[in-house]
Order: sequence, then C-alpha cells, then structure tokens
Amino acid sequence: MVSTPSDKILLSADGRPLKQSLSRSLRQQKIRALLLIAPLLIFIFVAFIMPIVSMLSRSVENDLVSQTLPQTVQALQSWDALSGELPSEPVYAAFALDIQNAAKAKVHTKVGLRLNYEKSGIASLFKKTARKAKKWDIQNDGPFKDKLIKVHKGWGEVEVWQTLKTHSPRYTSGYFLNAIDMRKTAEGADFQPEDKTILIKLFQRTLIMSLIITFSCILLGYPIAWLLANLPMRQANLLMILVLLPFWTSLLVRTSAWKVMLQQQGVINDILVQLSLVSDEARLIMINNEIGTIVAMTHILLPFMILPMYSVMQTIPPSYLRAAKSLGATNWTAFWRVYFPQSVPGIGAGSILVFILAIGYYITPEIVGGTKGVFISNRIAYHILKSLNWGLAAALGTILLVAVLVLYWTYDKIVGIDNVKLGG
Amino acid sequence: MAKDSHLEAFVSFNRVQKSYDGETLVVKDLNLEIPKGEFLTMLGPSGSGKTTCLMMLAGFETATHGDIMLNGISINNIPPHKRGIGMVFQNYALFPHMTVAENLSFPLEVRKLEKSLREEKVKRALDMVEMGEFKGRRPAQLSGGQQQRIALARALVFEPELVLMDEPLGALDKQLREKMQFEITALAHRLGITVVYVTHDQTEALTMSDRVAVFNDGRIQQLATPDQLYEEPENSFVAQFIGENNTLNGVVKELKSDVAVVKLDSGDIIDCKPVNVSEVGERTQVSIRPERVELNKNKLPKKAHTLTAEVLEFIYMGDTFRTRLKVAGNEDFIVKTRNSSNQVRLKPGEKVEIGWSPECCRALDA
Repeated sequence: MVSTPSDKILLSADGRPLKQSLSRSLRQQKIRALLLIAPLLIFIFVAFIMPIVSMLSRSVENDLVSQTLPQTVQALQSWDALSGELPSEPVYAAFALDIQNAAKAKVHTKVGLRLNYEKSGIASLFKKTARKAKKWDIQNDGPFKDKLIKVHKGWGEVEVWQTLKTHSPRYTSGYFLNAIDMRKTAEGADFQPEDKTILIKLFQRTLIMSLIITFSCILLGYPIAWLLANLPMRQANLLMILVLLPFWTSLLVRTSAWKVMLQQQGVINDILVQLSLVSDEARLIMINNEIGTIVAMTHILLPFMILPMYSVMQTIPPSYLRAAKSLGATNWTAFWRVYFPQSVPGIGAGSILVFILAIGYYITPEIVGGTKGVFISNRIAYHILKSLNWGLAAALGTILLVAVLVLYWTYDKIVGIDNVKLGG
Repeated sequence: MAKDSHLEAFVSFNRVQKSYDGETLVVKDLNLEIPKGEFLTMLGPSGSGKTTCLMMLAGFETATHGDIMLNGISINNIPPHKRGIGMVFQNYALFPHMTVAENLSFPLEVRKLEKSLREEKVKRALDMVEMGEFKGRRPAQLSGGQQQRIALARALVFEPELVLMDEPLGALDKQLREKMQFEITALAHRLGITVVYVTHDQTEALTMSDRVAVFNDGRIQQLATPDQLYEEPENSFVAQFIGENNTLNGVVKELKSDVAVVKLDSGDIIDCKPVNVSEVGERTQVSIRPERVELNKNKLPKKAHTLTAEVLEFIYMGDTFRTRLKVAGNEDFIVKTRNSSNQVRLKPGEKVEIGWSPECCRALDA
C-alpha cells in the first residue's frame, strides 16, 4: 500500500479527483430535489415575487410625463424653474406639439391626472387645452405662448410649469415624499400644507393601535395559554377547540358580529342600559372608532398569540413550579421568578406574529374602524381602488414593508430569532 | 441509629389515605413514624404509592384522610412553601434561566436574607458538594452528575431539617450513581438531617438507608432495616422484591414453633421456618436465597431434607457461579456459589443433591 502524501489531491478508485467524483455523485440528487420543488418555486416567483416587485417599483417610476410630453420636457431643461419668469416661446411651441399628439393618442387625461396629484386643477387644464389643440396647425399657428394662455390662464402661471418640470424625470422620489406628508416642489422637498397631512398621522395611529392590540393579546392570551398547557388532557382539548373555533368562522362574519355587539343599539349597550349603568341618551360609542378596531382585531388575532405561547409553555415541566414552592416561594413568586421568564420566548413569538399581522390589517378596520379607526392599509386600498394613485400606494406599501423588516431585524438583534418558538 | 421507640417521631403519617378519583385508593391506611436524623427509604414498584406519599409530605398533594405531622404539628393545611422542607426532584428541576449561584440563592432570596449572608451560604453549600468553581454556569452546561450535586446543594442551602428526595439518581449512569449514593448518605449523616428517599432501586435502598419501607399496592409491606429486610422478609412480596429469591409452592403438613414441614406440589418434603403461616393445610410460598442453597452434602445439618435437582445451565460470572437448576418442578431455581479453588463446576444434565438449613428457608404467604 502506498500512502498518499498530504499535499497530493486525493483520488478516488478510478483515478478522478475525489471532490469531483463526490460532486458528480451528488449532482443527480440535487437535480432531482430541485425538480421536485420547481413547481412551487415557479409559482412563488410568478404569483408572489414578480407582482410585489412590479408593484413596489411603481413607487419610483415616473415615465408618463416624459413619454407623453417628450419635446416639452426637453425644452424645459433650459428653463430656470426658480427664475420666477414664464418659459419662453419654444417651450410653449413644444408643448403645443406634444399636447396635440397626446390628444390624438387620447393619453392626455392620464398625464393630466398624474400631475393633478401634485397640483390640483391640472387635470382640467389638460383636458381643455387638448380639446382646443386638436384643431391647431403647429407649423403656422404660432406663436403659442399667448394662444395657450388664452385657452387657459393656467399656462400663464409659473407654478404649473414648475410642477411640469419637477415631475418630468423618469424616476422620482415624489411618491415617497407624498407618503410622509411632504411634496416635491421646484425648490426641493417641502412639507404638505397643514390641511393635507394625513399619512404620518395614519402611520402613527397604525403603530400605536397595533401595539395596543398586541399588548391586549398578551394580557388575554397568557392565562388561556397557561390553562391549555396545564389543564388535564380532556379539558385542554376542549379549550383548544374553543381557541381554534374563530379560525373556522369567516373573518367577515366575526367582524360583523362585533358590529352587532358594539353598536349604539347593540347588545352591550342594551345590557348596560338595562342594568342602568348608562342612561339611554348616553349610550357608549364603541364602533366606527379606535375602540371598535382594537376590540375586534384583538379578538381576531388572539389565536396567533395563544398558539406560540402554548407551544412554549407546554415544554415547561410542572416540576419547576413545585421546586420553587418547595424552596419557599409563594405561588406568585414561583410564577414570576421561575415560570414567567421561561415563557418569554412564547410571548416574543406571539407578539411578533400579532404585531406584523396587525400593522397590515385591512378588512376589520375597514368595517368597524369608521374614520378614526382606520389603518394605513385602508389608505393604500383607497389609493389603489379609488384615487388610482398607484405610485403613492406603492410607496406607502414599501414603507410598511421596510418598517416590518426593520422591526424584525431589531427583534433578532435584541432577543434573537432563534429564541422564538412557534412549535414543539 | 435513632431506633429508640420512645423518641418523639419527627415525621409521622397517621392513618393516611389518598384517592385521586374517589374510586380507588392509591395509599391505603398508611402509618409511619420517622425519628429525627433517620434516613428512611420508600421502596416499591411504580404505582405502589410511594411517590404519592412523598408528594403529600411535601404538600403538593393533599391527603384524602388522616394526618401528616411534622415536629408534632399537623401540616395538612400548611402550603408547601411554608413547610420548610427541602426537596430534590427526579429531573433535578434546576431553573434553566438562572445560573448555579442564582439557583442556590433563590430559596434564600424568597426568605429575604441579606445579600452578604446569601452569598456566604451559597458559597458554603457549593463547597459542600465540591462545585465551587461552577457557580457562574447555567444548568444546561453541567453534566448529569454535576446537576445532581447542584440540586442537592439547593435543597440544603436553606438548612431544612427534613429533605425529600424523589428518585434523584435515576438519570445517572451506574458508576456515578454508586458514588452519589455514598456522598448523599455521608452528607446526610454529617448534617444530621432527616431524609425521606424514594426509589424503585432496591440496591440503592439497601445501601443508603437506616430503614426501608417497602411499598406495594398502597400499603407498607415491611418496614425494617436493610439487613432484616433481606434476611427476614415478612411476606412473599418483600422476599421477591428485595434481592434474588427462589420460590417453591406447597402445603403446610406439620407446624411446630420453629419448624414447619411443607409438602411441595411435586411431592417432596422440606423443612422451613414458619413466618407467615398459621395452620396446617394452608398453602404457602417457600422462599430461599440463592446463596443459602448448599450443594455440598457434608455441610448440611444431619437431619436436613434434601432434594434432587437437575442442572440446566451453568453461568460463569467471575467471582461467583450461577447455576440454574430444575428443582421440584421449578425450572428457574438459581444457586449462587463462590468461585473458590475447590468449588465444583456443574455441567448441564448432571443430577445433584441440594439442601439448606431450615432457618434459611422461610414459609411465607402463598
């Protein structure tokens, strides 16, 4: 037998390098494994990752203006937006050509709407101008400066041209600025006027209410999880069914049930009035405000708190509590010093789950939240479905996603995600 | 040690009964007195009620009937944390989120001791079990034997007069278990504490205890010192449970004060010591230890009855030989002989005459 020197490459029996033979023999397995999960991978990519990326990319995309009004955008480059003077004739001429083309292609309303997000009134300005511009002869009808101002006096306002120039680049930070109640102006980023600030307030409300909901879930869920882990098998199973029951009921039904319970002519108010705890005129307002959202969402998210807590508590042997008591601890001390610290990973896991679910919740705040109890997600839905400002919706969504990721990262740094136990 | 009956009992069970479901009794009419400083072991198979008794003493279970007294005071209605009883649990129950020192400090903290005093006591307790350098570790970083020592130190750190141990050595390997058996008894005697120890391991019970209470079916079958238990079992359960034992079944033919003549089911006649038989004609189980069976006829008393046996198996075990015989229809009759230079080694198929002195052969209940 010849011993191989340590610096020589190890060879397998047929003379190939050992590493090569190994990877060759494992390749087949790897390919088979990959093929097995390929349908899922493709599905996730097509149905999940691509739509999200395309949606999020809308938050910075802004090629509508430069595509629809290419000549104008080019001509505006030489104009100093801060000079306080109107652009010169070539810009007007270029715009006349662009708006005529746009009107013929019927895309002028789109760009009008886009610019209307930034400065209201522009949509109608574009509509009116396009109607007139269709009949012009661009070669001979000039000069257009006075002509356009005659069509609509808006063309004589510096601000309109400033808006046009500010929002002409292909990529914009405008949506993100809007998302945090700021706006992009010719002078740079600026705060929205007082009457238009709503989103920061909504973000704050979403955060605070999600925290309140998480906290109420901990308070309500902890004793139930404790019972689940400590009751005899049969009772625990029954309790488990009660905990899981809401999962088997439609979300809409549950939320609507809260409407029945909480409204001013609802069950709770009726009982309180009958017990003469509140007078008939002063029925409590518990729905279509923050209270309604908090109550309904705490109820809906409670199982997500109980289950991780339960799975952690299940692993804490009762002998710890007995040991603590035999060492002289009262029931409370034994619980607080011995049992509670060991159940913290469960609380952490439940809290993360509930908080992340709560921060993006939509249906329940929509139904029971009224105007005071809606979340940022309701605003996102509004921009997607009603105002059609998808860019702003995408920016809001991106901020929400980043906020959750940052939160997750912080939690991992402080508590360690390995300490979170969702099962077993 | 401490066997004087006139001594005031430190712990006493007085007609204690326990039922979990109201239909069956797990503990039936338990009476037990433990004097101060005694190391008493509750020994029995699982389900015999020994752990239930320990839990009632610790306060984690309530007695359905009867009184449990500690130092002359009934403790039935005193919650566990006020009983001041140290306890070592089966799986140690060391708090995993606390260091060793914090674990030991816990009983002192809940007793609101000053910090300096706490530290001193923790140090002393750790030194006592030779674990001083491990005080900063977490339980998960310790081996089984080390955890066992810490659990012991924690049960002793607040200086209880009574310490309960619930199968504390069950999770250790054989060698470590033997070492710890010795250490625990030495420590208990040095500190003069009373120990109630629960185990199902008879060797542990015999080597460690001052007295052993053998439990079966919710009752104490025999309460005696280890040697009495082994040499003079009072009934067939104890004879079977403690040590190795050969049994032969038969009927009492003659009954005198110190000798009973038993006719075995095979027809053979043997002499026994009557222990648990009261009348002629009664069925009896005769018990004899493997090492008391004599193969050498010359060493037997002159009038002793002998039986013919057939050798089935011969096992060489180093210091001893184990020979399995067929005796009076019983094919599991074991004889243990010492490995000495002149000892014969039997071969399977051989026929031999065996016998014993009547006082080594006990006629017990059938």
